[in-house]
Amino acid sequence: MDEKNQVPDPVTDYEVGQDNINPFGLDIHNPVFLISGLSIVLFVLYTLMFQEQAGAFFGWLRPAITSTFDWFFLSAGNIFVLFALLLIFLPVGSVRLGGKNAKPDFGYVGWFAMLFAAGMGIGLMFFGVSEPLSHFASSMGGTAVENGVRTDWAPLGAAAGNVDAARDLAMAATIFHWGLHPWAIYAIVALALAFFAYNKGLPLTLRSAFYPILSERVWGWWGHIIDVLAVFATLFGLATSLGFGTVQALAGFNKLYGWGTGEVAMVVLITIVTGTALFSVLRGLDGGVKLLSEINMGLAALLLLFIIFVGPTAEIFSTLASGSIAYLKELVPLSMPFGREDSNFSQGWTSFYWAWWISWSPFVGMFIARVSRGRTVREFVICVILIPTLLCMLWMAAFGGTAISQVIADAAAPVGEVAQELKLFAMVEHFPFTAILSFIGIILVLVFFVTSSDSGSLVIDTITAGGKVDAPVAQRVFWASFEGIVAAVLLLVGGKEALSALQAMTVSTGLPFTLVLLIMCYSIWVGLSAERRGQ
Amino acid sequence: MYQKISVPVDLQHKDHLDKAIQTAADLARTYQSDLTLVAITVNEATPVAHNPEEFKTKMEAFTQEQAQKYGVEMSAKVVTSHDIAIDLDDVLDKVLHELGTDLVVMASHIPGYRDYVFTSNAGYIASHADMSVMVVR
Repeated sequence: MDEKNQVPDPVTDYEVGQDNINPFGLDIHNPVFLISGLSIVLFVLYTLMFQEQAGAFFGWLRPAITSTFDWFFLSAGNIFVLFALLLIFLPVGSVRLGGKNAKPDFGYVGWFAMLFAAGMGIGLMFFGVSEPLSHFASSMGGTAVENGVRTDWAPLGAAAGNVDAARDLAMAATIFHWGLHPWAIYAIVALALAFFAYNKGLPLTLRSAFYPILSERVWGWWGHIIDVLAVFATLFGLATSLGFGTVQALAGFNKLYGWGTGEVAMVVLITIVTGTALFSVLRGLDGGVKLLSEINMGLAALLLLFIIFVGPTAEIFSTLASGSIAYLKELVPLSMPFGREDSNFSQGWTSFYWAWWISWSPFVGMFIARVSRGRTVREFVICVILIPTLLCMLWMAAFGGTAISQVIADAAAPVGEVAQELKLFAMVEHFPFTAILSFIGIILVLVFFVTSSDSGSLVIDTITAGGKVDAPVAQRVFWASFEGIVAAVLLLVGGKEALSALQAMTVSTGLPFTLVLLIMCYSIWVGLSAERRGQ
Repeated sequence: MYQKISVPVDLQHKDHLDKAIQTAADLARTYQSDLTLVAITVNEATPVAHNPEEFKTKMEAFTQEQAQKYGVEMSAKVVTSHDIAIDLDDVLDKVLHELGTDLVVMASHIPGYRDYVFTSNAGYIASHADMSVMVVR
């Protein structure tokens, strides 16, 4: 082949980093870095200085958004799934990210480990036990109507008193929240970023996905706003999760070893997690986050196998089979954006989840994009959506199925009684080697935090450096530390309420981002079609 | 005395490379050595190129230009790094070995490149590499 033909024509004259400034030897985008950093500081100050008002405002804002726009979130979620699945079957699925000669940078093991660790590792640890149990209990409780409105939290029509039906419904609802939809949301963002960065040579930042619509204007204020919003959602998402995770890990340590849960313990734990994250940051993508993700996925796999084979193996597999069938059967009713009677469930659970996944999508999507160069679109969609969905089904069946079995066998089983952060530990009390299992559980939680913090600082740094991936590593150190400091300050000064307020605000960013993701679908389509024609 | 001489280059700062390349060219002529210009890039867009292929094309053009300028045969070697801000030293070390390099000639410091090349990198290569290293100031 002619050498020249291998070099795709650049679509823009914009030079990555041309708007960057270099104070103190740094390499940062002007004004995205400054606006992001300052507005984060201002929001933290506002939340802490006016705690009550902020708590009340954000406490109102989140449910207001998720219940008013439930139809929007649910419809958009369905569009993302359909669009992504369509890409598998359409001819554009053959387009390779990075051009047709690109080779994948990472093998399947490392790639999957990083997808999971970034995408939902931490959530699986906490909600794997508690969410199926919660839906099981509400489904068993049946429906309750007051003034013509459902007041129960059960999905769809519930399954009053019917153990098997309630278990299936609980599994269907949980898999629904952790299956195709969230992974499709991540896949859309990741695909848009990877395509425009690796096939079109645009900077690796959110705004580049809008190039087909805004063209050169994307380098101006529209682009700044999109990038700042992404930084904002990422940092607050990570900081609030780190804060809540600290509270939960301390509860675990308290239960296991009787350690304190006070302010000193919080600061010590946040410092340890952030310190480990900094160490991981300094070891780079291969030596840090990839290695830790692989270790953690190995540990998680061991825990999963232990639960499956030492626990109620037959019940887990029957839960997996009937839960998966129920998921497929109920997928359409559960995704219905209109005419829902189970509004508590569809607004309080589904709509909230969709907003949450979407607010995390700039972070997870960008990280997935960074490690997915060299895959074809078809391979990418299958590996980022279908395989994680299958693994989530297995995980939920093992952890949720076991917990449900414990509650069915004994209505007063501890797993049904204890606080949410202790449910995993209560469940493993029925297993041999409880102390070891609980310890592994806590280690998994902490290491997932380290990998999130590391990959999060990588993503924020790339966005605030205008898409440059070779900015000085001091900037990544800054963002990882900043996240730890924000989490610690919020916890110390404002307690869990301040964290909840900012988490609510993070979720609220899901609304504008849903629009961003819908536009991304259009951009992906335009870009991929043109690329295929050019091949 | 030297079979393979390599010069790490940064295309973002071509103007600052003259002395190192000229020195290496003189040495290559004297010792009849193979001379390779080595550059490390990333998969993402950089100020130099929109993608690694474009980078490679530019690097080859630059190398030919230098070869003509100094009248010595030179070849170009481009390697891609996943995380250049961190693993540049290791990638550079690895590629120098793959090339069988027995002498590295590198510029000591290029303004603006300080965080990951040549203040630390020349130092790192000089202290860790098992080959001869000539740091040009």
